[in-house]
Amino acid sequence: MTTSLELPADPVAAGETGVAAPVAIEVSHLTKVFGAPARRGLGRGRSDTGGGKPPAVADVSFTVAKGEFFVIMGLSGSGKSTLLRMLNKLVEPTSGTLTIDGRDVSRLRDGELRELRNKKINMVFQHFALFPHRTVRDNAAYALRLRGVNQNEAAQRADEALKTVGLEGWGDSLPGELSGGMRQRVGLARALASGADILLMDEPFSALDPLIRRDMQDLLLQLQRDHQRTVVFVTHDLNEAMRLGDRIMVMRNGKVVQLGTGAEILSMPADDYVADFVSDVDRSRVLTAGTIMRQPLVTARLDERPEQVLDRIGAAEGLGAYVLDEDGRILGVLSNDRLADAVHQRSTSLADHLTDQYASVPDSAPLVDLCSLVGRHSVPLAVTDDAGRLVGVVPRAALLAAIANTEEAPRA
Amino acid sequence: MPEIDIGTPVANAVDWLTENFEPLFDAIHAVMEFFTNVVLYLLTAPAPFVVIAVFTALAFWARKWGFAAFTLLAFLLVDAMGLWIAAMQSLAIVLVATVLAVAVSIPVGVWAARSDRASSVVRPVLDFMQTLPVFVYLIPAVFFFGIGAVPAGVATLVFAIAPGVRLTELGIRTVDAETVEAAHAFGAKPWQILREVQLPLAMPSIMAGVNQVLMLALSMVVIAGMVGAGGLGAEVMRGISNLDVGTGFQGGVAVVILAIFLDRLTSAFAAKKRRRKRRAPAGPTATTTPGTAAQPERDLAAV
Repeated sequence: MTTSLELPADPVAAGETGVAAPVAIEVSHLTKVFGAPARRGLGRGRSDTGGGKPPAVADVSFTVAKGEFFVIMGLSGSGKSTLLRMLNKLVEPTSGTLTIDGRDVSRLRDGELRELRNKKINMVFQHFALFPHRTVRDNAAYALRLRGVNQNEAAQRADEALKTVGLEGWGDSLPGELSGGMRQRVGLARALASGADILLMDEPFSALDPLIRRDMQDLLLQLQRDHQRTVVFVTHDLNEAMRLGDRIMVMRNGKVVQLGTGAEILSMPADDYVADFVSDVDRSRVLTAGTIMRQPLVTARLDERPEQVLDRIGAAEGLGAYVLDEDGRILGVLSNDRLADAVHQRSTSLADHLTDQYASVPDSAPLVDLCSLVGRHSVPLAVTDDAGRLVGVVPRAALLAAIANTEEAPRA
Repeated sequence: MPEIDIGTPVANAVDWLTENFEPLFDAIHAVMEFFTNVVLYLLTAPAPFVVIAVFTALAFWARKWGFAAFTLLAFLLVDAMGLWIAAMQSLAIVLVATVLAVAVSIPVGVWAARSDRASSVVRPVLDFMQTLPVFVYLIPAVFFFGIGAVPAGVATLVFAIAPGVRLTELGIRTVDAETVEAAHAFGAKPWQILREVQLPLAMPSIMAGVNQVLMLALSMVVIAGMVGAGGLGAEVMRGISNLDVGTGFQGGVAVVILAIFLDRLTSAFAAKKRRRKRRAPAGPTATTTPGTAAQPERDLAAV
């Protein structure tokens, strides 16, 4: 993590991304009861024994926007993998509807469903699920070969996908010769090579050790920056969910407990279950300056007189004030000492006494980036919007309170 | 306690089948006889030392020197004991029965693997075929096909088919579910999944099944001698009926030689197939393109 102030608009913080964007996946009242008579289809039909069991997925509805990174989070048995598998009908829903790009998936015939899986919606698996008897290149080219692309072109596109995931030159190896992280890169390349724009990922990194998991998350974020696909990502790791997801859906016992951005879930957990879940999340990486900032106690305009400003600061027991222009942009800072000098010299203009002794961050900056900046100056850390206007301040106490998770901290 | 006689209905059924399905049995007879004769011709038309040279070459190709030396000496011994023709007759029946058993057992095994209901039907049938004393169905086989190599081949087929079906089913059922799921998830058709994923991954198990079929078929050689199939079985039977220990022992040794040869050869094939898949890589170095991927070096270190 850098401490640079010019952070790019972070997708994690931009919770409202995609609200206006076109819908890629629409799920409505989807339910799965294993053992119940299901509509016939291409699903592999997991163990169909026992009746009267509670539903694995119960009445779940949500929409995923095009290009959104949507995370489904829950512990094992929460129904998250079943839900994911209903999105490409590997598991046949018991009831409910599923629409992908406006097409009702339950109405597709077998051939159409296969085409949808082949071209539109691909999957990455927890244990990689590579074909061990085929080379890495053949694995990556699998979807293309299935749709009848000729061998040379398929190999070429597979090699491009392998290059994208950092496995250039490994095409002739067999999956068994690769380490876990590299195998999952092949799994990713297999999904990328097909050109599908929806990616279903079933705990893809949970079988990897932590360092490699982080590399893979970085790789995935980078791929998303280069070419924004719609991703539905299942995980049981909340830190991973917070790091990757635009929005996160928390599931428990087949039901949706909460759906929102990482910051929303962290600052306003829907119930004790979620609160318990988020208690060990690294809050400093998820909460942003925007969620904990407060109104500045005192601000000043250039046309005011030094005594007036000093009086106001004194009344608020502050140490200084931001001076703003007409539009609310920061012109500089007046510390108490400088103001006192100005009054002493009977100066009438504030402009001569402005300093640049302050730091500012965008409202999307994670708290971890604020730690080294806060408390250095007489005025609290400034939070600015895209136009450079002051929208709030972060005093040291507020930052500490937010990280320590005291009650009054989040005031989103 | 009422007396229940299921023997009579079965006998009646066999009679009925014999009378009404004669053309079918004749057809089966003709086909099996044809195959057996072709194989026998291939094995006996050249001089024995030519065939022994071919066997030795196969052995060398499969397993190197030790096995090749064994093959050479063992088959020279068979020839020296005057059992060459008998051994080749037995081998012909065993090979034909095995090929037919495998041809039947792989599709049945695939079917049983894909459907629990099929599996629950197939399983008791296999138990029945494998454990019913061989002589019991040797008799109807003689009714249907007369005496000679054909009833012996059919009885051998029935007896030997079970492990082929079982290990095919087991092999396909134990293919990693997620891998099969992946094939589904990329839009493969069921037969593509079977051909390109399930069968190749089940191959070690299927090959073990083929090996077992072969071994069971060999164990039928002596019994085949009882229905006039000739070969080493007749030799052993002659030893038994004349209380001639020497003749019986020679026949027995020849059977053992055939068994060892076929077992080592087929298991070497199965292993070779696996080895070929696992050949060493050319040793490519991963090239990380800056800006397109996070570094895989850490992964590489673990290779």
